[in-house]
Amino acid sequence: MSSFLDMGGYGFYVWASYAVFFILLAIDFIAPRLRRRRVLAELRGRLRRQQRKNQESPTA
Amino acid sequence: MNTLTLWFHKFGSPPVFHRIAGRLAPWLYAGALLGMLIGLYGGLVLAPPDYQQSDAYRIIFIHVPCAWMSLFIYFFMAANAFVALVWRIKISEILAMASAPIGAAFTAITLATGSLWGKPMWGTWWTWDARLTSELVLLFLYLGVIGLNHAIEDRRQAARAAGFLALVGVVNVPIVHFSVNWWNTLHQGSTVRLIGPSAIDASMLWPLLVMALATKLWFFASLFVRARNDLLELEAGKEWARAEVLREGGTP
Repeated sequence: MSSFLDMGGYGFYVWASYAVFFILLAIDFIAPRLRRRRVLAELRGRLRRQQRKNQESPTA
Repeated sequence: MNTLTLWFHKFGSPPVFHRIAGRLAPWLYAGALLGMLIGLYGGLVLAPPDYQQSDAYRIIFIHVPCAWMSLFIYFFMAANAFVALVWRIKISEILAMASAPIGAAFTAITLATGSLWGKPMWGTWWTWDARLTSELVLLFLYLGVIGLNHAIEDRRQAARAAGFLALVGVVNVPIVHFSVNWWNTLHQGSTVRLIGPSAIDASMLWPLLVMALATKLWFFASLFVRARNDLLELEAGKEWARAEVLREGGTP
């Protein structure tokens, strides 16, 4: 196991590369999900304002 | 209309795209993760150490698939930008802009892992070699497209302006690809060839190809998820978008 982690003395370089890969993919996974929440919250607010306006002047 | 154009029109319609992309994305993510598990097991455990580079070469299993993706995504982005500019297809504008951050991520991974590979093998983190420099230019092109897209208020105008930049930048794609042949570079030439035998052993080749497939699946998963956000925002006034907001976000 320790020889596997050591990677023939190149452990730092190999594992740092894999860490960069997975960290950036994790960010790429999370970022659009956070944005989805923001977009939905904003659109929900817009819908609510619109409904309120319709209630105030139903003929419009 | 023949079946292909019919399919194109249907898949290009925002509510249909939104629904289908939402349904496909989880499967694409699952396929990508499964492929990465298999590919990395093959690359880190099953493949033997290299006779020259020992275990340091194992960086190849992420460096090379990500480098392929950096070019593939740029080409995908430019092709969609072209369609968006010529035929004004909304979905193409959105796909072009949604692919830029994913491409930038893969390019950044390529540069970072290349640097981490260069230090032990070449003795330097960075050198102004043709391959490295053109890949850095590729990262700046992605960042330029993202920046321009965010700098303009009107979403559709922004996508067209940034799409134009993406289209101009496509000249860099063959430069990156052929740089190792055109110039005398420190970076090695290609070892995996589409035509003819690859200069790499089968035990190292198959994990590499599995990783290439996995990163491709990841790209489309991320692309679909991002495109859905942009589409919902762009079409906020439409009936389908309102229904979607109510369905997904609860009662207002």
